[in-house]
Amino acid sequence: MLTLGEKVRKIRSKNAGPFWITIDIFCNNKKIYKEVCNKLTNSGITNLLMISEQQLKRFEIDDLNVIKFSFPRKIIQGDIFDRDMHGAQLAVLLSEMKF
Amino acid sequence: MIPIKVLVPSGVLGLGFDLEALNNGVENNPDIISIDGGSTDSGPYSLGSGTSKYSRAAIKAEWKSLMIAREKAKVPLVIGSCGTCGTNGMVDWMENITIELAEELNQNIKIAKLYCQQEKNFIKKKFQLSKIFPLNPAPILNDHLIEEMTNIVALAGAEQIQECINTGAEIILAGRTTDTAIISALPLMKGANPGSSWHGAKVAECGALCTTNPTSGVVMVEFDKTGFTVEPMSKNASCTSETVAAHMLYENADPYILHEPGGYMDVTYSNYYNINKKKVRVEGAKWHPSKQYSVKLEGAKIAGYQTSLLVLLRDKKYVENVKKWTDKLSKFLKKEINERMDIDTSEYSLEFRHIGLNSTLGELEKNIRSPVEVGVLCLITSKNQISTEIAKLINPFLLHFPLSSNEELPTFAFPFSPVHSDRGCVYEFAINHILELDSPMDAFQIKISEV
Repeated sequence: MLTLGEKVRKIRSKNAGPFWITIDIFCNNKKIYKEVCNKLTNSGITNLLMISEQQLKRFEIDDLNVIKFSFPRKIIQGDIFDRDMHGAQLAVLLSEMKF
Repeated sequence: MIPIKVLVPSGVLGLGFDLEALNNGVENNPDIISIDGGSTDSGPYSLGSGTSKYSRAAIKAEWKSLMIAREKAKVPLVIGSCGTCGTNGMVDWMENITIELAEELNQNIKIAKLYCQQEKNFIKKKFQLSKIFPLNPAPILNDHLIEEMTNIVALAGAEQIQECINTGAEIILAGRTTDTAIISALPLMKGANPGSSWHGAKVAECGALCTTNPTSGVVMVEFDKTGFTVEPMSKNASCTSETVAAHMLYENADPYILHEPGGYMDVTYSNYYNINKKKVRVEGAKWHPSKQYSVKLEGAKIAGYQTSLLVLLRDKKYVENVKKWTDKLSKFLKKEINERMDIDTSEYSLEFRHIGLNSTLGELEKNIRSPVEVGVLCLITSKNQISTEIAKLINPFLLHFPLSSNEELPTFAFPFSPVHSDRGCVYEFAINHILELDSPMDAFQIKISEV
């Protein structure tokens, strides 16, 4: 079984200001994009990231074949318990997800 | 006056840019040169301490190139968010660098400084008058929290930058400013399409990140009545409709909406198309002015004083049982700290992170395997500078603590002497609110100087 990272072109995550994280999933073509849109459920993402579904914003950007998720950080950027200030390694979690 | 050309040398001063591309930009007759000087992107330390993230030498070297470019182009040079955090002290720091360079380059310049730092009493008063509103998510604001913050700044928008441009200054040194306002200010003043002025500014705010060659730095944006065009100034970079459109995703929680002082921009119905191999044309962004003018606030407070220790475990038994080892050690240490130093656990935090196991993702990590070795990072954060003393108490136990009582004392690997590293004062972001203003200049001041 492929991982999500093997299926798509690129997955990146990044802080969007100190209080939010955003994740962009870039697909190579419309077919893969549609497939990812259909199979990648909000509950799949919220379980993986341990956040509530009400906190998750989902955007499907047809023109760019991109699926985007944004959510408030559980730990504010640079807090003493923050492990990844830019949240950039969170993308790996999605990348290694079985798809 | 339209079209208006804005030359953006790079995403931030201190990151570097291609000098040939900068010269190419100057030869293309810009109307203004705009560069960002800061961000909250590196965490709360810069704002909390009121210091620059980049070295003074790096800033001075790049600013010199831009001051030379400004003199050639004979147009205003604007920097927003001076010294990373944009406090008043950092505006003055930037002025100091500018004065040194003006003397070295033998330039006579009129400087406008925009101060964006906020007095605590002013913020308290506005809070009492219900002029401050939380964004989502936001810490709970009260007078005590306002008092605790070491620095509070308001993010200036296009209006305050326009006031600076109107002074006729050749160089504008602005405190904390939205990344986009330094680019959108002049086109908006000269009657360019408002939605497109903000959209083009958003696309160019990270310099050449909207191109195929992000490290080349320099881009030119041309604004007019119906839209904007963007083009990299390096020979080795191109803009494509995808690279430009995709930039709206970057670091933005919402890929269509961008809030700015005085309203918001919506790019839902924008069209992007290549004019030629390098240049992209964009139209269709809408600007929605708000009824009440407001600016965003940023502030940081001291989270504590921090000391770290690092120990390396290579022994197989300890690597396999590292979680159990640190749980046991942590419990033991808290007791020792209480008994020997008379410090309660409420006065400090003691945390162990397992480098090689899950130190990046913590509880979210799915892929846990036993590694060859583990680095145990021990972090002590206390309300006062006692963290150093706590670390010294911890030191021998971190080196020798056994898993069971009936074994010889183990000795692990300390990579440094001294073993502990004082990280000094650490900060946290303490505000995520907007401040309503009757007039855009109400929370900002401009000072003029000549050199």
